Amino acid sequence: MIRKGLSIKRLVSVTRKEVIHILRDPATLFFAVVIPVLELLMLGYAIDTNVRHVRTIVFDEARTQESRALLRRFENAEDFSIVGEVFTDRDLGEALVSGRARVGIKVPENYSRRLQAGQTGQVLILVDGSESSVAAEAVNVSNAIALSESLDRLVAGRALPVEARPRVLFNPDTRSPNFFIPGLLVVLCQMMAMMLTANAIVREKEKGTLEQLFMTPVRASELMVGKMLPYLGFTVLEFCGIALLMNTIFGVPIRGNFLTLLAIALPFFLAMLGVGLWISTRAQTRDASLQMAMGTVIPSIFLSGYVFPLDSMPTFFRYLAQAVPTTWMIDASRGVILRGAGWAELWPNAAVLSGMAVLALVSSTAMFRKRVS
Amino acid sequence: MAGNATEPVIEVNEATVRFGKLTAVDRLSLRVDHGEVFGLLGPNGSGKTTLIRALCGLIPLAGGSARVLGHDASREAEAIRSTIGYMSQKFSLYEDLTARENMDFYAGIYGLNVSEARVRQSELVERLGLGPYLDRWSGRLSGGWKQRLALACALLHRPRLVFLDEPTAGIDPVARRDLWDLLFQLAAEDVTLFVTTHYMDEAERCGRVGYISLGHLLAVGTPEELKHWPGVTPSGTRRLEISGGDIAALLGRLRDHPAVRQATIFGQAIHALVDNEVTPESLGLGAAQVRQAEPSLEDVFVTLSRAQQQAPNGGGS
Repeated sequence: MIRKGLSIKRLVSVTRKEVIHILRDPATLFFAVVIPVLELLMLGYAIDTNVRHVRTIVFDEARTQESRALLRRFENAEDFSIVGEVFTDRDLGEALVSGRARVGIKVPENYSRRLQAGQTGQVLILVDGSESSVAAEAVNVSNAIALSESLDRLVAGRALPVEARPRVLFNPDTRSPNFFIPGLLVVLCQMMAMMLTANAIVREKEKGTLEQLFMTPVRASELMVGKMLPYLGFTVLEFCGIALLMNTIFGVPIRGNFLTLLAIALPFFLAMLGVGLWISTRAQTRDASLQMAMGTVIPSIFLSGYVFPLDSMPTFFRYLAQAVPTTWMIDASRGVILRGAGWAELWPNAAVLSGMAVLALVSSTAMFRKRVS
Repeated sequence: MAGNATEPVIEVNEATVRFGKLTAVDRLSLRVDHGEVFGLLGPNGSGKTTLIRALCGLIPLAGGSARVLGHDASREAEAIRSTIGYMSQKFSLYEDLTARENMDFYAGIYGLNVSEARVRQSELVERLGLGPYLDRWSGRLSGGWKQRLALACALLHRPRLVFLDEPTAGIDPVARRDLWDLLFQLAAEDVTLFVTTHYMDEAERCGRVGYISLGHLLAVGTPEELKHWPGVTPSGTRRLEISGGDIAALLGRLRDHPAVRQATIFGQAIHALVDNEVTPESLGLGAAQVRQAEPSLEDVFVTLSRAQQQAPNGGGS
């Protein structure tokens, strides 16, 4: 009876063969290398969650010194950009409906008179609610502008009793790339790891090559590990590559130790490869496996806090998010890159991810063994 | 422990394989000896591939036992798979790998070390004439060369038993004959061959043949033995070969005749199983030539299948 551990020879054979497959398949190679870089450039340059330069139209019915002073405040705020002036209520409404402007400001004809009479001068701010973040920001900033205008009038040169001095730590300019790219780094590697491995076994099923392999002494574990190694290698390379681009092109500083991050990322990658292999074992065709992989990647991205902050999710989803490896990895990525966190802060992430990796690998190997017989 | 010349290479005892409610192999017993070329025939879905998979320990037995090269199929599958070769009907090597890379891969899978692999590869390359095709992607080889490459990969580790599951399906006649020549060379070198096939002429070449249908092994023997199986030409009947004339019309007439048990067209002739007392004249064959005929293997298998279908439990004899 031959009962040894993993055979290194068989493992190396599987790995070498898998590398040849990857290198000979231009579509996969393109998918693996070019697409993530494109996505990075696209998302890195295009996405800005900070609301700026909201197109604004004004209708100054009062045409007084006071009304012009107020409008100047709006103009000076970075949030608004005045794109035009109208002279009737109808045109104001029209500008919003047509999408020419997202915000309409109307200073009524009696504005200055009411101020001088000691009454409240009312200003109408119309906000297009179809983009919730823009609308919320416009409402907040308008309120703030109105408030500061009011205060100026009330205190008339005296010092303000209270002033908040906010200081945004870790990302002082609230630059979007700083927030997004550490998350994107994780998400892109997750996609790559899962999509590629989801293909790995189902491809052999489709081509009928798996049947031949089953007739050889190769073991399920050797096949799994042998197939995983090249994908793990590719994913690590991609991770480093994207981190480099992030640091050089987008100027996102890495405050912590990159090796710490890489060490935490390793169990994350293994978990993703495990899930990919699990899918590959279940699916009968490559199309099915790709769909299953997409179906897994997308919810995990939305739940992970990559786009939507975890803190604003309903309790149930907040707990659900804890079960998603991506959540822990994005937290670690932002921790190391933005906050300069190290092992002292991030060991729980590493521990949880390691646990998830073991679970994914064990269950996918078990599933594979079951399918074989 | 890996067997000697007197021990059977394959020994199956009352083996049963079930998939849910379906019984794919039913209490099958079989013995294949050292150096035999054993042919397994049977219609699609009769259990041929299932039997091979069970012998390699890929499918557990629901009952009975199977030993291959002295190893128990259910408990020592890995030992079995290290010492057998397998080649399937469908080309199942990697099409985007060159012939050489495929061989390298399987050499590694079978645990050959580098120098061992090199020697064995060049030996097989020369023998199978693969030399000019080594650096070509295997997906771009023609059917016959693909099968040769598959055979080379299956022989790298010098297996003592090779399973060939319809190895000649879909390749041209010349390549088919070449492949069989290679197989006989192997058999001469003490490699036991277990071949499944659809082709009667291939079955005729085998040392012994088994016929499997609906999971039952209905008959085993040399082709000659099978042809003289009592059930094939029951006593009181004989086989006639009828040729010439309007074959299609003759066939219709024969099938309607009460004394004709079976009538089948073979090329330009009809093979008929008729009662002994029947004369060509009484059959109304007119100008057709009639001569006494030996049953072919096909006659044997047709008879066996019909008998099985008519049996009350649908099972074997």
